[in-house]
Amino acid sequence: MTDTVDHSKRNMLLAATAAAGGVVAAGAGAPFVLSLMPSERAKAAGAPVEVDISTIEPGAMISIEWQGKPVWIVRRTPEMLKELNTHDSDLVDPTSSVPQQPEYCNNATRSIKPEYLVVLGVCTHLGCSPTFRPEVSPTDLGANWDGGWFCPCHGSRFDLAARVFKGVPAPTNLIIPPHKYLSDTRLLVGDDGKEFRA
Amino acid sequence: MMNLLTKLLGWVDERFPLTSTWKAHASEYYAPKNFNFWYFFGGLALLVLVIQIVSGIFLTMNYKPDALFAFASVEYIMRDVQWGWLLRYIHSTGASMFFIVIYLHMFRGLMYGSYRKPRELLWIIGMIIYLALMGEAFMGYLLPWGQMSFWGAQVIVNLFSSVPFVGPDLAILIRGDFVVSDITLNRFFALHVVAIPLILVLIIVAHLVALHEVGSNNPDGIEIKKNKGPDGHPVDGIPFFPYMVVKDAVAAVAFLIVFAAIIFFGPDMGGYFLEYNNFVPANPMKTPEHIAPVWYFTPYYAILRAVPPLFGSQFPGVVAMGVATVIFFALPWLDRGQVKSIRYRGPIYKAFLAAFVVSFVGLGYLGLMPATELYTWISRVLAVVYFAFFFLMPWYTKIDKCKPEPDRLTSK
Amino acid sequence: MNAIKKLGMLVLLLAVPAMANASGAAVHLDKAPINLQDQASLQRGAKLFTSRCLACHSASYMRYNRLNDIGMDEAQIKKDLELPDDVKTGSTMQAAMDANSAKLAYGVAPPDLSVIARSRSADWLYTYMRSFYVDTSRTSGWNNTVFPAVGMPFVLADLQGEQALETEQHESHDVKKLILKTPGAMSTADYDKTVGDLTNYLVFMSEPSQLVRQKLGWFVLAFLSVFLVLIYALKKEIWKDIH
Repeated sequence: MTDTVDHSKRNMLLAATAAAGGVVAAGAGAPFVLSLMPSERAKAAGAPVEVDISTIEPGAMISIEWQGKPVWIVRRTPEMLKELNTHDSDLVDPTSSVPQQPEYCNNATRSIKPEYLVVLGVCTHLGCSPTFRPEVSPTDLGANWDGGWFCPCHGSRFDLAARVFKGVPAPTNLIIPPHKYLSDTRLLVGDDGKEFRA
Repeated sequence: MMNLLTKLLGWVDERFPLTSTWKAHASEYYAPKNFNFWYFFGGLALLVLVIQIVSGIFLTMNYKPDALFAFASVEYIMRDVQWGWLLRYIHSTGASMFFIVIYLHMFRGLMYGSYRKPRELLWIIGMIIYLALMGEAFMGYLLPWGQMSFWGAQVIVNLFSSVPFVGPDLAILIRGDFVVSDITLNRFFALHVVAIPLILVLIIVAHLVALHEVGSNNPDGIEIKKNKGPDGHPVDGIPFFPYMVVKDAVAAVAFLIVFAAIIFFGPDMGGYFLEYNNFVPANPMKTPEHIAPVWYFTPYYAILRAVPPLFGSQFPGVVAMGVATVIFFALPWLDRGQVKSIRYRGPIYKAFLAAFVVSFVGLGYLGLMPATELYTWISRVLAVVYFAFFFLMPWYTKIDKCKPEPDRLTSK
Repeated sequence: MNAIKKLGMLVLLLAVPAMANASGAAVHLDKAPINLQDQASLQRGAKLFTSRCLACHSASYMRYNRLNDIGMDEAQIKKDLELPDDVKTGSTMQAAMDANSAKLAYGVAPPDLSVIARSRSADWLYTYMRSFYVDTSRTSGWNNTVFPAVGMPFVLADLQGEQALETEQHESHDVKKLILKTPGAMSTADYDKTVGDLTNYLVFMSEPSQLVRQKLGWFVLAFLSVFLVLIYALKKEIWKDIH
């Protein structure tokens, strides 16, 4: 009964059918997996946001929403800027060697204009949103505190250039999102004209 | 490598009946070798079930069961979700394809007497699946929250209110409100995505277990188990794996071609799979000019409309519709024929079956049309034919002149 | 066997007329010139839609940037459709007038037009927008042969001109006809073409994915057909065992 069977032909057909079946399965599966990616609505919500920065008081911070996440804009005072280079030895990455910022913010103040810091308000540890603590040497944070952010979840600390201090769980500095100035008072967050992250 | 796999299999087999299950239901489950075209639809129904469950899960991720957002969330799926349009069309086309496949599967049962002894319970479980599927489809149809969704549900739920004494309360219980509302939508969603699918999967497993217990019928309607070879296997049977699997796979691919053609080139099927009025958001203040259920319910809908109100109540029509649906359960005991298959039945059964098919399709067509006087009268005639097929069956199957059944399967 | 095949054929034959007979329309509808490959027409339609319809009607499921699919880039969408600065191309098309004040003005809230071509059909829309006539008995001053007692005033009157519904006497029966009384800025042929563009756009907007759907469909069918041939050959091969 099996004498007439041409095994090589059968195996070839089996392999060809299996291969074609694999392509069908992959092709059918792809749309399902891709449907899990951000929808057009999510992308539209992640579109660049325009902000008027003229109303921020010196030393104050505003928080805006971009891609559903908080983005902070701090107007740093000259005193705050002066403190920035006084604690380099306490920082994990004082020179911002880890690319947590666009090229144009890879400088001592991590900003385009030193006065304004634009930073993504999401802790690099596990994604909580740290608290803004601009005051110097508060009792709960200690005498060495020059102002910055304190993460309530696991105690990570960042300075006023959003650089992480040593000895806390967060591994890297906070992320600086792409941004650019449309005019002296208008800032565009999410688009720097160089790279657009959809 | 092979050795390792064999060892692993042995390890599993000591703890779980893997190999024995595979043997019992695939490699040593013997199916009649003369299965023809009509025997593809059971397997295809299973394929559609899987398609519906998978596409349904992904739709659920983006759909909102809320009267305020349901319609918009469907359009969100159609436009904003990546490939969402494909998921939705797969699901909406799958619903209609499910019924096409199931109706052909049931018709196969009628032709070859697959409901006869010893397969009565198999048939009854199948009928329960059919009823569950109707419920599933009806509740799913409310979810897009378009005009047809809303008014279709309104009309069908109101049928229950014609039940004597408890009717109005029953309708309120089903809706959870005095009209079809957000509350109704929410509970239909729960039933559509959780409760009925669970039940469906369980009774489909039961259907398969029952099938493999009694063995498959075949176009000759004779029992292959009665004729076993020296190896103890039916001489007219062949192992389900690989022979039936590969044969069913051919049918599955052919079916997928039809399925894809509809999805990609005519997902609304001229308004029959996706009704035009369902692209208008539900509006409880305004009934569309012409409403009809989706095509797969229209034979019963036509029967409902064909029965005139008696004693000022719609209830007789509702009863007729209900009887038309559940009468299938009684088939194993209505049929008194000496043979199972239409191949050996006499002319009377063939004529009745043909008349039944005409009445079913005709009623399905009339159920889609506006109820004019002419159409209503045709519906009445066809409804009588429909019921005559069942109620006269004990008589005409008995007097019919059957041909003798063969001892062995006749064709491959 | 033969009887079974015949029965099967009968089922199919009976099913076909049931499919072919869609809803019977009472009013005669003209065939809309739909061509979704004609991007220029779709873009003209999009401009007309945003400048005329969007004043009162929304298309709240349609995002402006979906017009990428008909060949308009971000800059073109902003410029050609005269989007206000604060409207992003990722936002949906909202009416200039809010639904409540529109309801006060016209008696009904203007329906959202996102999927209007799917509920009404292209032919209906094409005919409807060419069937307004002056009717002084209506508060808006307008009526429509396709949509009697329509709430909407005729916003394209400056283009088409003003029509009147007149009765022509025939021997056996009277025929009502629309006659152009005061010409508008466009000739009848140009106006029909413009409304054709608008309808074309509405059809696109009702299901933007249909462009990719049909292209992809041919590919899927071709591949499945190859698969069918392969698997059929495999079945033949394996079934050689059966005698």
